[in-house]
Amino acid sequence: MNRTRNNPLADDLVRPLLHTSVWFYGAVLVLASIVACGAAAWGYQLWYGMGVAGVNWPVFWGFYETNFVFWIGISHAGTLISAILRLVNARWRRPVTRCAEVITAFALMIGAIFPIIHLGKPWLFFWVAPYPSARELWPNFRSPLVWDFFAINTYLIGSLLFLILPMIPDFALIRDRTTGLRQRIYGTLALGWQGTTTQWHRLEAAMQIMAVAIIPVAVSVHTIVSFDFSMAHVPMWHSTIFGPYFVAGAIFSGIAALIIAMAALRRMLNLHAYLHPLHFDNLAKLLLLMSLLWGYFVFSERLTVWYGNQPSEMAVFWATQRGAFAPFYWTMVFCNFIVPVSVLSFRRLRTLPGIVLVSCGVLVGMWFERFLIIVPGLSTKQLPYSWGTYTPQPPEIVIMVATFAAMALLYTLFSKFVPIISIWEMKVGNQPHPPLPADEAEEQQSLWRARP
Amino acid sequence: MNAVYALYDNPAAVQRAVDGLRAAGVTDADIQVMSSEPFEEYEFGHKDSASWIHWIAGVGGIVGLASAYFLTTVTQQSWPLRTSGMPIVAPWPNLIVMFELTMLGAILATVLTLFVSAKLPRRLPPLYDTDVSNGYILVGVQRPSGQPLVDVTAALEAVGEGRVKQIDR
Repeated sequence: MNRTRNNPLADDLVRPLLHTSVWFYGAVLVLASIVACGAAAWGYQLWYGMGVAGVNWPVFWGFYETNFVFWIGISHAGTLISAILRLVNARWRRPVTRCAEVITAFALMIGAIFPIIHLGKPWLFFWVAPYPSARELWPNFRSPLVWDFFAINTYLIGSLLFLILPMIPDFALIRDRTTGLRQRIYGTLALGWQGTTTQWHRLEAAMQIMAVAIIPVAVSVHTIVSFDFSMAHVPMWHSTIFGPYFVAGAIFSGIAALIIAMAALRRMLNLHAYLHPLHFDNLAKLLLLMSLLWGYFVFSERLTVWYGNQPSEMAVFWATQRGAFAPFYWTMVFCNFIVPVSVLSFRRLRTLPGIVLVSCGVLVGMWFERFLIIVPGLSTKQLPYSWGTYTPQPPEIVIMVATFAAMALLYTLFSKFVPIISIWEMKVGNQPHPPLPADEAEEQQSLWRARP
Repeated sequence: MNAVYALYDNPAAVQRAVDGLRAAGVTDADIQVMSSEPFEEYEFGHKDSASWIHWIAGVGGIVGLASAYFLTTVTQQSWPLRTSGMPIVAPWPNLIVMFELTMLGAILATVLTLFVSAKLPRRLPPLYDTDVSNGYILVGVQRPSGQPLVDVTAALEAVGEGRVKQIDR
């Protein structure tokens, strides 16, 4: 009997958990230092007040809200893509899903921090939560910010469960392959999982139901984030197209983030045997599709504003097309549309380095897109007496950089303690199909012959 | 001895073992199959597949919807707050909160049902072998109702491959 059955796969994917390279400690040290700088900048802002940030009348939303929208958008990569691929039973999804779901969980956590930072007095955050207090104040359910609270928390809870549940069988596998403290920790996390047929059926049924539930929730989250803007009478915000426009942009930036994360994991954890060029090629095609969709939405939005020719909207329009914000606008168009379409349309250019470079560009472009939605509209409102400027200050910039480091740090730590590729799902993908009975095989063949 | 099990390295052998146990008179409820991956292509992989989980998820969604209705509509009436000309109970914004809590209710009910019906969390029972995580598939019978374990052992050994083990605890 072959006692090493299926072991190479598990060995490869469990190895990063059992062996730590010096690079891991170096990366954690550097990233944790940057995060500490961000925490110090936030502490500085708390001590001296919101005045040290660049936000002021009339631009009350600056870098913090830009980053909030950007990170919520990034969070769309994971759970939404994973849920769709699960529902359509795409076989190539198996090595991708967990990498993607982790991005959602961490990006949502990071994104949700920004409104709290922006509050200035984060210790009063609980006032947003609905509870009957002595002040006899009650949350205003007509406020989009309260909708955010419900949408983001629902998506965060759903995404965390969607990520954690399929990890239980992998924890059981690690429990059985380790000893000592590791065995006790993973044994606790495995919750006594045995792998009975009942447990597998319940897990798979639960994942199917959650996939169905999580897709509309994911779409609703970014639609509701767009409502933060479109419910306000600010030039170029009050638009019916903002919901789908934001969702498309979020999926676009999310796929780009997923490609970068997968490329980094492939290289650092030596996962070349599991993250194939095919996976990157498929994701690159999705990225190309989203780039075209994004271009369509931008064109629709711009054409409608230009054709309407309302003075207040045209002021914002020209500020972004050829005014002070034009360099950011054209960088955005270049990174989000011209480069992806030029590179990803051609199979010869769709190489792994090419795809990763395009994805990096998309992240830059999408960050500028969020910035250009927020700042020009606020700084060029209806009446010229309320026009103003916004210049980000050092605490805002340091906090922003720190959140990127925090994302990388959390991802690095996660891949150190949990198999970043679902082992049991990979095993299912490698299962040989049993031979069909003669009549069923004939039926299958006839179905193929019936196709034109 | 109150349990016996065998470890096989391929699902076809497991199917034969399960069929052999049934032929020996062991009921489906007494046959345990454990593996490190689901096997949906085989008949034994469909054991215990019937479940109420989809219905319970629906009920969870209804509970979430009802909670959201109470939270928004009932409390808006209890704490009247007029905002920018909108009615005290504003249905359009309330729908957003209702949708989110409906989905949350369905998700939480699904997870709760998973834990209850899969008997998680629990202590690892005696009928288990760590070789399951090495890719082996365990077929076992614990305290069979009305069948001598000798017959069960014979049925498991009749497959011709696999290692048969006994638990005396």
